[in-house]
This record gives sequence, structure tokens and C-alpha cells, in this order.
Amino acid sequence: MKSLIFRTASDYLLPLLLLFSIFLLLRGHYEPGGGFVGGLVASMAFLIHSFAYGLTQTRKIIRVNPGYLMPVGLLLALVAGIAPWFVGLPFLTGLWFSEPLRFIGAVSSVLVFDIGVYLVVIGTTLTIFFSISESV
Amino acid sequence: MSFENYFYWVIVPILAVSVILVFVRFLKGPSMADRVIALDMLFLVSICIIAIFSMLFDQSTFLDIAMLFALIAFFSTTVYAYYIEQKNKR
Repeated sequence: MKSLIFRTASDYLLPLLLLFSIFLLLRGHYEPGGGFVGGLVASMAFLIHSFAYGLTQTRKIIRVNPGYLMPVGLLLALVAGIAPWFVGLPFLTGLWFSEPLRFIGAVSSVLVFDIGVYLVVIGTTLTIFFSISESV
Repeated sequence: MSFENYFYWVIVPILAVSVILVFVRFLKGPSMADRVIALDMLFLVSICIIAIFSMLFDQSTFLDIAMLFALIAFFSTTVYAYYIEQKNKR
């Protein structure tokens, strides 16, 4: 869509929304947030950019084919699930660091699982919407 | 009149009446653009309602929902505008 206002707005919205999605991703587990909502916000940021500048420009920004993000995310989730087996705990048990990290807070294997969900959601949503807007 | 009473007896009824009026426009709307604008207006009024309830119940996390809702409203209006533009080109 060729509109100067929309393009300028999307220039500012893309980094802000990506930052907000990472904030939502890190806040998850005990408070509202988590991988799914964060992934949806991030994919919404890319979609707004794609409507302002066109699909080819957005694909150039993302660099990887969004379809490849899905297996990577699933692999991360699987790694987070298998990790407790090496300590002798049941599948998908949360392993927590004893000390909370700076700026991020308490980190566990649940965060790795959430990052996997985040990547899967971005990949799925972008694949669906890109194929729809290519056919329109 | 305390803040809570003001919210309950003045602002929420005004928003409720406006929801009904906008919904009438959404049902009647002669053209597609009228309906799209009415839908956007419904989103905005519901964002106001979410903000008021976040103040009443003292829950700051409701505002995140309002922000995501505003994002989705903006995106859907954009896509509808794109669709109407493409339709007029043909």
C-alpha cells in the first residue's frame, strides 16, 4: 500500500513491537505472557511491515524462510523436554538456575521451551499470511 | 462522588450506549467502508472498557490486553482498507 503515513508509522512500529514481544516472552510462566503471545506480536509486526513495503522487502528483513523457523523451534522445545533426563528427573521437569540472572530474572529450561514455542508461532503465522497475501 | 462511583454510574453507561449505537451502524451500514469503520469503533470502545476495568480492579496487566487489542484493531482495519482498495482497482 503506497501511503507515506502508513510507511512512517510502520518504521517506528516494527522495532517497538519486536521489543514488546521479547518483553512478553521473558515475563511469561508466572505472569501473563509467554511464547505464544510474544510470537503473535512479533509476527504482527512483520505483517504490518509487509503491508506497508511489500512482501519482498519483508522477506529481505527476516532473511530466513519463515517455514524453517518451525523445525528449529520444535527442536528447541524437544531439547528443553529431554534435558531433565540427564539429571534423573522425569520428562519436561523445569530445571531452575539457583541464582536469578541480571535483567532477565529467574531462568530455567522452561524459558528454552518458551523460545521454541515463540519460533514455531512466528513461523506458522508468517507462512500462512505470506501464502495468503501472495495469492491475493 | 468517588472515582469508582463515577466510573460505574457515568462512564460505563456512556460507553454501553455508544456500543449499541455503533453496533446499529455496523448492522445497517450501506457500504463496506461504513462497516469497517464501525468495527474499528467497536474495538476502540472495548479498549476503553478494558482500561476502565483495569483502573477499577487495580490490575495493570489488563492494559497489556488493551494494547494487544489496539494492535489487532489497527492491523485488521489496515487489511480491510487494502482489500477494499484492491477490490476497487478491478
